Order: sequence, then structure tokens, then C-alpha cells
Amino acid sequence: MNGIDLQEAARRAYHAMVMARAFDTKISALYKAGKIFGGVFLGRGHEAIGACEAVFLKRGEDVYNPFIREQAGRCAWGDSVLDSAQSYLGSASGRMRGRDSNVHWGYPEHGNPVPISHLGAMVSVVAGMMLAKRFKGETGRVGVACIGDGTTSVGATHEAVNLIAVEKLPVVIVVTNNQFAYSTPNSQEFAASLMDRGWGYGLACHECDGTDFMETLQTMQRAIAAARAGKGPQWVVANTLRMCGHGEHDDAAYIPAELKQAYADRDPLAVARRQMLEAGWLTEEEAATWDDECRDEVQRLVAQAQRESAPDPSTEDWRATAWNPGY
Amino acid sequence: MSVTYIDAIHQALDELLAEAPDVFLLGEDIAGTFGGAFKATKGLDAKYPGRVLNAPIAEDAIAGVGMGAALGGMKPIVEMQFADFGTLALNQAGNNAGAHFYRTGIPVNITFRMPCGGTPGGGPYHSQSLEALFAHYPGLHVFTPATVADAYYMLKQAAQIPDPVIFLEHKFLYRWLKADTWLDPNPLPIGQARIARPGQHATVVAFSAMVPEALRAAEELAATSGYELEVVDLRSVKPLDIDTILDSVARTARLLVVSEDFPYGGVAAEVVAQVTAQGFHLLDAPPLRLSAHDTPIPAHPELWKAHRPGAAAIADAARYLITL
Repeated sequence: MNGIDLQEAARRAYHAMVMARAFDTKISALYKAGKIFGGVFLGRGHEAIGACEAVFLKRGEDVYNPFIREQAGRCAWGDSVLDSAQSYLGSASGRMRGRDSNVHWGYPEHGNPVPISHLGAMVSVVAGMMLAKRFKGETGRVGVACIGDGTTSVGATHEAVNLIAVEKLPVVIVVTNNQFAYSTPNSQEFAASLMDRGWGYGLACHECDGTDFMETLQTMQRAIAAARAGKGPQWVVANTLRMCGHGEHDDAAYIPAELKQAYADRDPLAVARRQMLEAGWLTEEEAATWDDECRDEVQRLVAQAQRESAPDPSTEDWRATAWNPGY
Repeated sequence: MSVTYIDAIHQALDELLAEAPDVFLLGEDIAGTFGGAFKATKGLDAKYPGRVLNAPIAEDAIAGVGMGAALGGMKPIVEMQFADFGTLALNQAGNNAGAHFYRTGIPVNITFRMPCGGTPGGGPYHSQSLEALFAHYPGLHVFTPATVADAYYMLKQAAQIPDPVIFLEHKFLYRWLKADTWLDPNPLPIGQARIARPGQHATVVAFSAMVPEALRAAEELAATSGYELEVVDLRSVKPLDIDTILDSVARTARLLVVSEDFPYGGVAAEVVAQVTAQGFHLLDAPPLRLSAHDTPIPAHPELWKAHRPGAAAIADAARYLITL
């Protein structure tokens, strides 16, 4: 697998999941304490998908566009949870300096464009970043664009995925089907299956149970390796349930109790831990240590972000363009 | 030998591709031997293989791909086949590319070429002037060349400006507007308006295809009534050179703003608002606007001519303003 040992990838992915869950837990508590401006969006139920897609990417070489619930992916990609904390808390020292917030942050210069709220808009941006690599002769690179079940209904998504297919760009589109677009169930979003949608664009298609860590890991490995090897764009449907509200303001009462019950023992963190222990890729002691270390690191970095200064309106540079003609 | 406005655009694109390896073109029907709906890219695909890309009919994706390529270090020049269809790329242009510099500190070096404005028979969806729509979004520069030389120089500069530029080429000017050459020994910098004709009785601010209409109106009024209009060509709607406009109004004390776009919240409204706020004391009469009707643009040539301001309507409005 391109020199990466699967066990090593699994360990890094699982570590990212633990870190992401620790961060989500902390940021949810801060939201409930009234410490956050705007919304908070958790990745509960999405952690295996995010971690497994990003763990096969190389920051600075590949392109990764995480979606709203991809904190585990951001950790696996190599960004610090400090960035997420600074974004949520509006730190002037953060990447977005209080000019944007929550999951709207990234380092385009490292291959990680900053998302906007309009769903589907970033898929063509990923395509463009990969097109730039083609122009510059950078081969063997992959772009991963993350969308959700609801985003497959957006026109921008259709335009972008079709263009990716026509240009045969090395892009993997990961469709996380968490069964609800805010409150809207799949049945009110599309009549075809999500796999049929992928086939319809002429893409190579994959599907996995996104709560099954090992299955997700191997599916992402296959899809990303295929795109990297020049086998064209790939479409991955990863199924799960959003195990939280759309945001922390939302109690998700619209998700039927029996559906929640059906996923009660499918928390991706618990599944991954069990599978890692069974495979002998992680020990009980390591797992316990990682839990503690990640919680400590989150606590330290969130506290740091809380201590940092807020942006100052009196010194804010209100220019919206880099070029400002003087004549 | 004379050259046209579209010759100037073709020449600018040719030179940009020749001079900068990071420039490429993306749009509908622009590649191959076809060379675009207006032939602005004719022959460029053969001359620069792989750098003139046809796209599916997907304006949002064309703009988004351009933005991504710019983030990847390229200088894309994307074409909306008609500015009217630029509305389908408005989200990527305004909310994504336009917002990017303020949000992140990283500018997006992308140029949107959009053939705009009315032609006889163009109808509601191939005629619109949407400068104000794009200028409304922070982070976008909006260029509106009205001369052959400006079409050439402003497009060449647009691609070098690190921010998103909406470059609105007027379709009526494409082959109608001619000059001996696109070269100008002293081209004005972008951001500076041009006094297209000096005069002392009223200032007429115009841009794009309204500039030649305003100049014709000025000739007519000078011949019939002896009034001398000062015609100011904005050249760029954003940045807006309010200083040159105020200087002119200080000389004439009367202002008429002519624009081909719809009246509500249009470019003319913005110019009048800024002049009124900054130069109310300079005015001897209320500032006037002359824009298109507040209806969709009609297809029939007789209706179309009456829908947008022409030389006769501009002359009438100016005479009214001067004799108030």
C-alpha cells in the first residue's frame, strides 16, 4: 500500500478519532456553557470515515476538503485541534482571526481549502486544485472532497462531479450518508440510491459501513490508491447515522428512537477500539493512555485558545482585496 | 487597417498565454477550432495546446475550478459565455472567490470574462448588464472597458491582479467599435476614470457601451444647442474613481449618470449616492440617472432600442438637466 503499513495507518486513524471525540466533547460543553459564538457541529458517528479518508493523504502534497463533521479527518490529515479551538472561540491568533468561525478554516497553502456554507461549492474547488497540479506536472497526487447525503442534491455538486469525471481528475468524492440532511431523511432528498448516483457519472464506486472501522479503512485505502494510480475519479459512499444533532442547538428529535437504538452499539470509537484490540494492533494500556493524553491535549489547547485575544474592531483591516489601486 | 474591440481581447489573451505559463483558459465552447461563441479564443487552443480547456455547461463548476486552480498557483481566465449566465456562477464568484481574501488573507487570482450588454434581438437572457450585481459583493473588482485600447490593456492587467476580476466585455462593441490600434502610448492605470470629452455645462458619467452613446449625444447637443457635455468614462465600476467624477462636477455643477443596467440599486444609483454624499455643495441641480427600464430586456430591436438609453435619450436628459 504505497509504503504505508496498514497497521500504522490504522493506529494513526484511531488516534485521530480519539482526539476528535475528545475535542467534540469539550467544544460541546463550552457551547452549552455559552462560550461559543454561533453554532457547534459535532462528528459523532462520522469519526471512522473522516480518519480513514485522511490518513491516506499527505498534507502539503495532496488536497483534502473536510466537510462539516470531519474533525477526525482534520486530525488524521495533521492539523492541530488548536486550529479548531481558535476557530470556534474566535481567537485573533487563529487561522481565521475571528473573520469566520466553526468548521470554516483551513490552510489552502497546504492543500486544505477553507469551506463556505453553501453545500457542494467546494467540490469544484478541489477539482481546480487538482487541475493546477496537473498543469504543474505534479503526479501521484489525490484530492478528497467530502460531501454528505443532502449535498448530493445540490446543483453545484452535480456540476462539479460531472466535470471531475469528464476531466478524469484524481479526485475521491466521499459521500457520508448519515441519513439526515439537518432534519430531512434520505427519502425526501433523493429517489435513486447514492451508489446509482456515482455510477451515473461514470465513476468507479465503493460502499462501506462507516461505523465499521476496518471496513472503512480498507475501502478508503482502495479508493485513494486507485485515484493515485491514475485510475480516475472514485465515488465512496460511507453509511452511518449522525449520532448527535445537526448542531448542538438541535436535539435531533426527528430521528426515530428505533433508528437510534439500532446504532446503539455501533459507535465508531467503540467499534474501532474493539477491532484494534482484536487485531493486536493496539493494547488495552495504549488505548487507555491515548484516551487520557488526548483529553489532556484538548484541555491544554482549548484553554490556550480561550486565553488568546479576541480580534480588535478598532485595528481591523477592512479591505476585501489584496490589490487596492492608488492613483 | 483597423482593429476591433474583440481583436483587442483576442490579442490580450494570446499575449497572456505566451507570456505567463500559469495562465490558462476555461469555458464553454472555447477550445478546438470553434474558438468561442464570439471567437475571442479562436486559434488559441492550437497555438497553446492543453491550455485552452472546454468545460461542460456548468457555470458554477467552471468558476469553482478556476478558484481552485488559482489557489493551486495558476492564473485562470474563465469565460461565462454570456454575462447573463454569470448569475449561475455568482455563488462561487461572490461567496467563495470574492470572500476569500478577507477571510483567509490569501487572494484568488482569477479573471472572469463575461460578454455583456444588449444587442438587437438578444432578448431577456443574452443582453444583461450585471455590473452592480457583482460589484455588490465585497472582494470583486468589476471592469467595464469602453475603448479598444482599454479592452486590451485592462484585460492584460486583470490577469495580473491577484484578486478576482469580473471583466465585462460589451457584445455590441465587439465588432462595432474600431480603432487604428489597440496600443496606447500612455494607458491609464486601472482605477482611474477617463475624461472622454471635456465640456463645461454638465457632467455625463457613463461606462461600457454607454460611453459612445454619450459621446454621440454630446456631439448632437453641441451642434443643436451649443451645450458642451463633459463625458466621464468610468472604465472600472469597482474600484470607482469618485475623485475624477467630483472634479468634473466641481467644474460643471450638474450630473447625469447613464447606465445600461436596470435602475434599482444600479451603478448609476451608486454614483449619484456618492456624489450627493461627498459633493452636494457642488451641485446646482438634482443629480439625474438615466438607466434601462425596470423590465426584462425585450427581444424585438424596436423595443430593445427604447429599453436602454441611446444618444437621443441622453441628449434629451442632458438638455433637461442644463435648463432646469
